[in-house]
Amino acid sequence: MSPDSAVMPLVRVSDVVKLFGAVKVLDRVSFTVDRGQMIAVIGRSGAGKTTLLRCISGLETIQGGEIEICGHSVGTSGRHSRKALCRDVGIVFQSYNLFPHLTVERNITLALTLVQKKPRREACDIAARVLSLVGLGDRLDAYPEQLSGGQQQRVAIARSLALSPQVMLFDEVTSALDPELTAEVLKVMEDLAERGMTMILVTHEMGFARRVADVVLFMHRGKVWESGPTGEIFADPRTSELRQFIVSAL
Amino acid sequence: MSYQLDFSFLSKSWPAFVAGTWLTIQLTSVAIALGFALGTLCALTRVYAHPLLRRLVAGYVEVIRNTPLLMQIFIVYFGIASLGLKLSADVSAVIALVVNMGAYTTEIMRAGIEAIPKTQVESADVLGLSRLQVIAHVMLLPAIERVYPALTGQFVLLMLASSVTSQISAEELTATAERVQSQTYRSFEVYVVVALVYLLLSLFFRVGFWAIGTVLFVRRRRLGTTR
Amino acid sequence: MVQFNSVHVLYLLVAAKWTIALSLIAFIGGAVLGLALALARVSRFKILRLAATGYIQVIQGTPLLIVLFLSYFGLSIAGYQLDPLVAAGLSLTLFSGAFLGEIWRGCIEAVPRPQWEASECLGLGRLQQYFYVILPQAMRIAIPPTVGFMAEVVKNTSLTSIIGFVELARAGQIINNATFQPFLVFALVGAIYFAICYPLSVASRRLERRFHVA
Repeated sequence: MSPDSAVMPLVRVSDVVKLFGAVKVLDRVSFTVDRGQMIAVIGRSGAGKTTLLRCISGLETIQGGEIEICGHSVGTSGRHSRKALCRDVGIVFQSYNLFPHLTVERNITLALTLVQKKPRREACDIAARVLSLVGLGDRLDAYPEQLSGGQQQRVAIARSLALSPQVMLFDEVTSALDPELTAEVLKVMEDLAERGMTMILVTHEMGFARRVADVVLFMHRGKVWESGPTGEIFADPRTSELRQFIVSAL
Repeated sequence: MSYQLDFSFLSKSWPAFVAGTWLTIQLTSVAIALGFALGTLCALTRVYAHPLLRRLVAGYVEVIRNTPLLMQIFIVYFGIASLGLKLSADVSAVIALVVNMGAYTTEIMRAGIEAIPKTQVESADVLGLSRLQVIAHVMLLPAIERVYPALTGQFVLLMLASSVTSQISAEELTATAERVQSQTYRSFEVYVVVALVYLLLSLFFRVGFWAIGTVLFVRRRRLGTTR
Repeated sequence: MVQFNSVHVLYLLVAAKWTIALSLIAFIGGAVLGLALALARVSRFKILRLAATGYIQVIQGTPLLIVLFLSYFGLSIAGYQLDPLVAAGLSLTLFSGAFLGEIWRGCIEAVPRPQWEASECLGLGRLQQYFYVILPQAMRIAIPPTVGFMAEVVKNTSLTSIIGFVELARAGQIINNATFQPFLVFALVGAIYFAICYPLSVASRRLERRFHVA
């Protein structure tokens, strides 16, 4: 790692274009994320937020532009070192996607043993540690179906966390949860941010974004319509679309 | 072990194959039509009728579905003959195939009928339609549409299963094959040809059913979807 | 003409043993083939997909009887004389393999896409995804239809009687030819088949209900 890596942005998205058939879902999106920052991506459904996240994580191939994340280049060819990218980028989905046939512990240790080739004992230690970080240290032997939605989502976060990523992506992780369960997940995310994790989250939780995020990206029709530090964005939205969105969301 | 492939028998025996294929098509078509009617009736019985009748139909379906078609054909053919009634092989074949098709159709149609939301039936009732009209207009066509793939799949299976009727001397395609190969000793070539004919028949039937489906299910044709 | 008696019943039951043996051969052989076909069908390599699809389409468009005849009579004329048991086992294996391949392909595809994505994002390689995440879940989905198909395999063995293999159906024919009591004989034969197949059908339905609720 060069000595400048501390100064360079961890994530750089440049002029990214993504097409689904003839529809331009991402229209020359550009932004950067510094280490330790939390970026909240907000906007109406269909604005391209989820697609953006999926492109950054390599799940979707972009048709134009460039993404540089943790020193890895995710380009239009789609061919990138999946394993290397996964080591540095963790992604948590709206539907948790836990493996139903495995216990919570095995869900977490699976990638640790298979991908990072850690010995079983070390993997279990890590699993226990990240689980207690999310407040579920006593549920190692449970199966996903025995847990509530909020608990499952926290396990999903722990599962990604266990691989020690440099950046974590969150795709509307509380949208599928009942309001009472949302709080526990948001708390975990807030803790993560306080520990200095670099996070990009797509969210509808305006209150949370306002309180915790450093930078807000407002997406509209596939473009970054407006972006800036959280305080400014919410206090003084420059475009009418963002103003309307904030009003309708809060 | 040099075996020379020799398809020359076709030049003489192709009329026989055509006749056999035609009989297969006839047997299958009649069995499908009557079997479907029987199955639909039984499916309605399973959903609506008196519990005793329901149990009877269930029993019929279970027995047919859990015994081989070959046995069913033998019982019809040899059994009826033992009663003194002289039935031709073709008629026996059709009877057995209809009974068989009926059982499988019952299950498929029952699934289709039960999937129709109760609310639709209720609204039709409330509008004053008679029971029969409700069944015909609100239930059957949507039910058929819903289970069409499973239904037509079963029809094609029946066509292939009709090959078994060769064992009671119905002169359909497989029986023709057996006859020709015993005369020409070209077993390999004969059966390869017949396999090809069956493949073409399967294709022919599947395309035919798809075409019927396009005509019958207007909504799917117009909207490109059924839901 | 002989009177139908208990010796005949015993003969039928002994023949049933062969029906079961043949069913097991067909099922195990078919399972190996079916798994290979299912994996080929969902593989990344187009040629594997095409080959597997082609094979399945051909088998599913041909009557089992023709496959049997081809392997028994057809091959013998070509110089490869197969024992009826081998011919029967081979044909049933080739036949069952195609159907099981189709069923299991459907089950693999029924595993929700997010499971693929989550495991991919954790860095698992394709083989690891299959072995640790996808196949275990696909197997659970596959159990009801597979058990149901076993009943089908048992019924299919009846066709091997036509190439002379003495299993339950053939035994029934032999006894009928001796006693001329088709209703009694074939009803009994049917009952034995029923006794084997019905529990499988019921088990399949119960498993389907249980897995749907879970």
